[in-house]
Amino acid sequence: MSSLMMRPCGDFRTSYKQDDTIYETNTIRLVAIAAITLLCAAPMVLDAYYLTLFIQVSYLGIAALGLNILVGYTGQISLGHGAFFGVGAFTSAWLNTSFGIPVWLCIPMAGFITMAVGMLFGLPASRIKGLYLAIATLAAQFILEDFFARAEWFSGGSAGASAEPISLMGIVFDTDESFFYIALFALVFMYIWGCNLMRSREGRAFVAVRDHYLSAEIMGIKLNKYRLLSFGVSSFYAGIGGALYAHYLGYVSAEGFTIFMSIQFLAMIIIGGLGSVKGTLMGVVFMVFLPEVLEGGVGMMKMTDWGNIPMVVDGLAYIKEMAIGLVIILFLIFEPEGMAHRWAQIKNYWKFYPFSY
Amino acid sequence: MSKPILKVEHISLAFGGVKALTDVSFEVEQGAVFSIIGPNGAGKTSMLNCISGRYQPNSGSISFNNKDVTHLKPNDRADLGMGRTFQNLALFGHMSVLENIMVGRHHMLKNNWLTGPLYWASKAQQEELEHRREVEEVIDFLEISHIRKSVAGTLSYGLRKRVELARAMALKPKLILLDEPMAGMNLEEKEDMARYILDLNQEFGITIVMIEHDMGVVMDISDQVMVLDFGKKLICGLPDDVMADPYVKRAYLGIEDENEQLEEIS
Repeated sequence: MSSLMMRPCGDFRTSYKQDDTIYETNTIRLVAIAAITLLCAAPMVLDAYYLTLFIQVSYLGIAALGLNILVGYTGQISLGHGAFFGVGAFTSAWLNTSFGIPVWLCIPMAGFITMAVGMLFGLPASRIKGLYLAIATLAAQFILEDFFARAEWFSGGSAGASAEPISLMGIVFDTDESFFYIALFALVFMYIWGCNLMRSREGRAFVAVRDHYLSAEIMGIKLNKYRLLSFGVSSFYAGIGGALYAHYLGYVSAEGFTIFMSIQFLAMIIIGGLGSVKGTLMGVVFMVFLPEVLEGGVGMMKMTDWGNIPMVVDGLAYIKEMAIGLVIILFLIFEPEGMAHRWAQIKNYWKFYPFSY
Repeated sequence: MSKPILKVEHISLAFGGVKALTDVSFEVEQGAVFSIIGPNGAGKTSMLNCISGRYQPNSGSISFNNKDVTHLKPNDRADLGMGRTFQNLALFGHMSVLENIMVGRHHMLKNNWLTGPLYWASKAQQEELEHRREVEEVIDFLEISHIRKSVAGTLSYGLRKRVELARAMALKPKLILLDEPMAGMNLEEKEDMARYILDLNQEFGITIVMIEHDMGVVMDISDQVMVLDFGKKLICGLPDDVMADPYVKRAYLGIEDENEQLEEIS
């Protein structure tokens, strides 16, 4: 991971291994481990409602990281990520109900199948770029949506498909409390996977293709291969996320995987920070919690004097929707590089405090 | 200094009606410093692009290490041991200097999208660290260890050129193509760069094909000089012979008078 920041005082590195860690310092690593350990206790303390939110963060976060690998790191664009998420969801449910493959095996298999589908639709990506690619992936979105609606053998058509809960060694993960652990494990695993990918050969090749494809080619990187592989890895993530979503809800319907979802994924990574693993998670948390926070705000408004004005009461539902849009627009104006960048700035501020630079 | 490592035979390249190169042939001996000079638009960079695979010549052939590479893709030439730098900087702007140079090891690394992420379980970490060690040697050699962690896009021009050279060196090439390695540098930076070029030629035995406008440098460090003009080869030989050629004087240096020329060179 590249970092321009000054290293903290007293953090001396004596081997290349120490210089190659995911976390910048030991303290950050310990804090991260402590946070994950603490999260393990969450189902005993927190309400099921908050667990639902976390599980949402998990499956959306996994899929969003995939999109960030494609858009942020490789510099390609995709407007069909929501559909790939759907492919993962339906495939996992289909594999389980039609072939009786255990669910825990279906999820990675769904990932690989979605990867194949993604690479098929990503084929034009090795030839075209920018807006043209956006349109090509838009086509993928609509073709897949149509497929979900028509292929009854696969998706159950308009009726949708049911998905069994995950069961492992006799334990059935069908409640929020139990599924929470699956979600947590998947999130941590896929994010570490992402971090490692970006600091090894393929990750560097992705960024090289994004930054300067001509010199990347001279450096021995096969452009077509990496543009396609990026689509594959991104769809793999979408497939895993989608499969988790299916087995969590227990029911998959084609209506969920529209262009709106694809755009929501894009919004998440733009708000979080393109080309940042950490930023992806921040963006997802932001987008999942924002409606909840606004819901709470609207609820409070109802209790004040404003709540007596009929026009306001009628409009409250819309205020929430508009506020989400407004927050996103403000974010793009004031922090176009995303939350990850803002976070780095805040960290630097405290590092240099009380001096400004 | 005997067998040719690069053999260019009757290369012609045209863009529509513009003939960038016409029937150019030359040989570069193993371990030589070979310079290509010529006025702007003479086809020097086109020649380099043909060698590195950016352009496909319309006719003619290029062989590298006794292997015909005329129709090979640029990325396959990297595997054979051909590195290059660009005239206009072509670093990966958002990567750190270290990562930029590590990209140069791409064709030697073996981890892929499945084994790379299984960093500790597979051999990926060990492999990355081994290559890191070798990359550090390159960093040491070019004296850029102080900017190792800086983002490449934020560096000064001279340093970026040096990082680009480091990235090409990390390929472990047998041949490096340098496109104006000293353009836009001050005297001190030019001297440094000339020293690095000589060092990597003599210490590592890397053959160098270089385009350069600074005649002083070209005359000082080249073993052979080729002059291109309007896509045609004018002359190719020892620096002194090339300088003595009356046509070169007229076409490229614009010097008519013998005394004036001597002043110019010294």
